Parts: sequence; structure tokens; C-alpha cells
Amino acid sequence: MTLRDALGWLLVAAAALYALVAVPAGGELTTMINGSIYASYAILALSLALIWGYAGILSFGQAAFFGLAGYVYAVAGLNLESTPLAAVIAVAAAAGFAALLGYFMFWGRISDVYLGVITLTVSLILYRFINQTAGEEWTIGAAPLGGFNGIPSTPILAPPGHPDEPFLPEQIYMLAVGALLACYVICKLAMATRFGRAVIAIRENESRAELLGYDTRRYKLGIFTLGGAIAGAGGVLFANSVFVSPNMFSLQTNGQVIIWVIVGGLGTFAGPVIGCFLLMALSTWLGSLDAGPGFAVLDPNLVMGVVLTLCVLGLRQGLLPTALTLGERLLAKTRGRGAAELGQPAEERP
Amino acid sequence: MDYALIVLLQLVVTIANLALISAGLAVIFGMMRIINMAHGEFLMLGGYAALVSHQAGLNLWLAIFVAAPVTVGLIGAVLERLVIRRLYGRMIDTMLATWGVSLALVGVVTVIFGNRVSGISPPLGSVPIGGYAIGLYELLTTGVTALLFLGGWYVLRRTAVGLIARGAMQNRDMAAELGVDPAKVYATTFVTGAAISGLAGALIAPITGVAPSIGAVYIAKAFITVISGGTAILTGALSASALLGSVNTAFSFVMTPVLGEVALLAAAVLLLRVLPQGITGRFFRRSL
Repeated sequence: MTLRDALGWLLVAAAALYALVAVPAGGELTTMINGSIYASYAILALSLALIWGYAGILSFGQAAFFGLAGYVYAVAGLNLESTPLAAVIAVAAAAGFAALLGYFMFWGRISDVYLGVITLTVSLILYRFINQTAGEEWTIGAAPLGGFNGIPSTPILAPPGHPDEPFLPEQIYMLAVGALLACYVICKLAMATRFGRAVIAIRENESRAELLGYDTRRYKLGIFTLGGAIAGAGGVLFANSVFVSPNMFSLQTNGQVIIWVIVGGLGTFAGPVIGCFLLMALSTWLGSLDAGPGFAVLDPNLVMGVVLTLCVLGLRQGLLPTALTLGERLLAKTRGRGAAELGQPAEERP
Repeated sequence: MDYALIVLLQLVVTIANLALISAGLAVIFGMMRIINMAHGEFLMLGGYAALVSHQAGLNLWLAIFVAAPVTVGLIGAVLERLVIRRLYGRMIDTMLATWGVSLALVGVVTVIFGNRVSGISPPLGSVPIGGYAIGLYELLTTGVTALLFLGGWYVLRRTAVGLIARGAMQNRDMAAELGVDPAKVYATTFVTGAAISGLAGALIAPITGVAPSIGAVYIAKAFITVISGGTAILTGALSASALLGSVNTAFSFVMTPVLGEVALLAAAVLLLRVLPQGITGRFFRRSL
């Protein structure tokens, strides 16, 4: 473990401690609810960081799994006694759907931009479909799909065996932060295995990896399925923080995730999470400025668009890798020779 | 009999509509290998350009056929210079950057016009066919689409400009060796694609109305049509429009219009599983 890794884990631990101890101590309910939403979005960002940043699979429709899991959770939760079981079913459904879609794409030898277009299309198919389910006929058991209104009666998770005592918003918040932390650790561990190394090799040069005897399709399918499951976990938590609505699949949600990952830093796990929190905070802040006449120009879409374009044009590595590189340079200057061994160079964008 | 005719006409209109909204994107993707995520917004801007100039007193036809393509073409020229030019050859980065541009354009238009739907009332009337009727304006857009593709074919196949464009499209370096400035060809192509999108957006505005976020409605359909079509610009867009438009119409009639769209997208995904290079990657390979 390099010094940089150790420092990274220390920072993650500090952030987790802050989120799990200091924020609840403040006690503001709106902060907790917002915190749950941020955390569930951050899990979504993490899932894209995994499959795009590490496996080089640009999924332009990662929100498909997020939304699908949310809806499956809501429908299963309204029909079953146990909400934890519904959550498990939802994550499994997202993973299963990702596996199916992945099989379709990777065995069809679809790559690059085509992957992006297909995943985006799939997400928009779900969006269109769910949006038109307003009628009575679109009811699954006890769950009306609700069309563009979503399902406002999305059930809240309850401890196993106590379906009548759903978690409070504070507890959902703790759960969401805990899940974010767990997903981060899972991603890190997955990349540390032989499997993870092979995935990175495929990202770097697919034909070379294939010549070395790896069936690259299987590895891509594996990582894509894991990404789908993680996005699904984010979706279940989002359903518990707000409620499920077609917006979970929308073009805007899909775009936002991409922006978080790009801005935070492709090829890292912490970067996209940071990007997600920063930009969510920024758009919340911009949204709250609606009344001021001078701020009317600062439409959230406009700001996000400009941020994304500038990042692609200028800050090619994203915030976190740029900050790390700058920090290392600074350190190397003060320490002189030898400090360059501190960490590996920031990973290249695939 | 009347019913069969109306179904047939509806089918032709759907196919033409698909071809129309994809044309500008096909030009830019086919020639420059750039996925223009701001394509939907180009259509939206075309609609607004026609709306605003018409409200300012311009004749509706001039607003649609002149003001809209010129305005969007100019916007395209500015974007090419500011953003696209820096990203040639980096396909995924252009996709991301144009996505950023698309969001920014939605933002700007929302600030200027507010987040609501504005409309231009569709001109002309409708023609009765037995007990049914079909809008004359919709037939007109179909005719314009046909002319647009014929014109594109003529320019590419029969003119010097078309020859240069095809040359640069096939082998950029070779064209540069022969004295063609690829940067100029690319800039012209992008502006042409933008202008066509502007015209398309203005043409469909009276049918659908315009709103800042309307680009999102078209983007997936336009994309999937162009990608399903493959690399040949005209044949690709037409064959994919014919196939996907038929699926759309069939499902719309049997089920609902929304499920028709869902079926269109699903069919395209299935198609790409079978033909990853698009229709013209396998068939009509030597066409335009």
C-alpha cells in the first residue's frame, strides 16, 4: 500500500465519521433527507465509476438500473410483507437486467459509442414506458404504477420481522451512508482481485487481453452486472428517501451521473462521489436562488452544461486526479528527489 | 379502402418524420464520426427561430425555410469553432462535450423563453379521404423530406463539393495531401448538418409545438435511426427510417402511440445486436 492509498483510506474514514456522527448530531431533518438523496445518487455515481472508469464501458443509461430497482422495490414492497426482501429482489432484478443487457451487447461485439447509444436508448425505453402507465390497467398486485406521477406510496424499509415499524428518516440516512461506504469498499476490493486486474487490462487494450487468453466478454459482463447491482442499491435507497418516479430514468438523471464522474475524475472511485456531492450541492443552491432576478441567468441546466463542456475541454482528468497530481508535485518540490515514488501516476482516461 | 390508404399515408408520414429529424445528425455522424448529443437542441432552436421570426412579422414559410436554417447554421458555426474543433478524433469526448452543450442550450432557452410550450398553428388544412382526413401540412413535410434527400444525393454524387466531401469523409489524410483543407470541410459539414437540423426543427414545430426541453423527445429516436442505418448517410438514414417507422406505425395502430415508440427503440436495439455496423454496414455497402 502506497502512502497515497493510506491517505485515501484515512480521508474516506474521516468523511464517513463526519457523515455518520457529526451530521446526525446536528439533527436537522431536511439535512438528513437531503443527505439520503445525495448518498443514493453517490452510489449511482460509484456504479458508473466502476464500469466506465475501470472497465471502459461507457454506459450512457446507467440510471436504467437505478430506476428499475426503485420500481421493483416499490412494487414488491407494496405486495409483500417484508420490505427487506423487496430490497433484495430489487437489487437482484437490477443485476439480472444488467446481465441480460450486457450479454446482448458484449456478445454482439458492440463497443464504444454504440454502447453509449444502446444503454441510453434502453433507459429511455423504460422512461417512456413507465411514463404512460397512468391508467388503472397498469397495476401490479397492490401497486399502481402511476404514470408520470410515480408511486408516492412507495413503502419505507422496515427491520425484518417488524413490518409495522418503518425506519425513520434519520435511520434511512444512516443506512444510505452505510451503504455508500459499503459499495465503495466493494468496488475497491473488486478491483484489487485478479478479476479486477483483468478488467483494467481489458480497458487498456482489449485485443491484447484477448490474445493473452482472456474471454473479455465474460469479464465485461461480470463488471457490468456488478455495476448494475450497485446502481440498483442506489435506486432502492433513493426510493426510500423520496419515492419512485419516472424521473429516475430520465435523460437528465443519466446526464447528471456522467457529469459527476467526469468532473470528479474518471478512473477513481472517490472522485465521482465527491463530484456528485459538489454538483448536487451546487444545483440545490442554484435552485434555491430562483427568486433573485440577477440569478435567473444561472439556470441549473446551463451551469451543468457549461461545467461539463469545460471539463471535457480543459480539466481532462477531473477534480480528484488533478488535485492529487498538484499535491504530489508540490510535495516533490519541497522534498526534492525521490518523492516521485510516493504514488503511481494518475491513471489515464480510457 | 379509405382506411388502407390512410394507414399507408400515415406510414409514409411517420417514416419521413423519422428521416427528417435524423438527417442533420446523419450528415454530422456519417461524415465526421461525431455523435452530436446537442442534435435535439438544434431541432429545438430551429423551432424557436421559426416561432420568433414569425411572431416578429416574417412570413411563416420564410421563417421555416430561411430564418430557421440560417440561425441554427450560425449557432452551429460558433459551436464548431468553440468546442467541436478542439475534439476531432476523440469520439467519446465529442459525445460528452456536445452533451454539455445540449444542457447549456436548454438552460439558455429556458432563461429566455421560460419553461413552457409555445405553438405555431399548423398552416394549410387537411384533405378528406373518404371518412378520414390527413393534414396537408404533414404531407408537405413528407415532400420536403424527399426533396432534402434527393438534394443531398445530388450534391454528394454530382457536384465538386460533394466529391471533396466524400473524399475527406473516406480518408482525411489523403484528402489533405491532395490540397483539401480538412478543417474547412469539417466546419462546413458541421454547419450544414446544423442548418438541416434547424430546418427540420422548424418544419415539425407547427405539429408538435416548441419547448426548451423538446430536444429530449427527438434525441433517442434520431440517434438510434442514424446508428441503425450505419455509415452510409442517405441510404442508412432512409433504410433505418423505413424499418423503424414501420415498426412504430404498426405498434401504434395495434397498441398506443407511446408503445409504438417503445417498440421502435426496442426494435433498434435488437437490430444492432444482429447488425452492429448498422444496416448499411451489411447491405447497400457501396451506397451513399
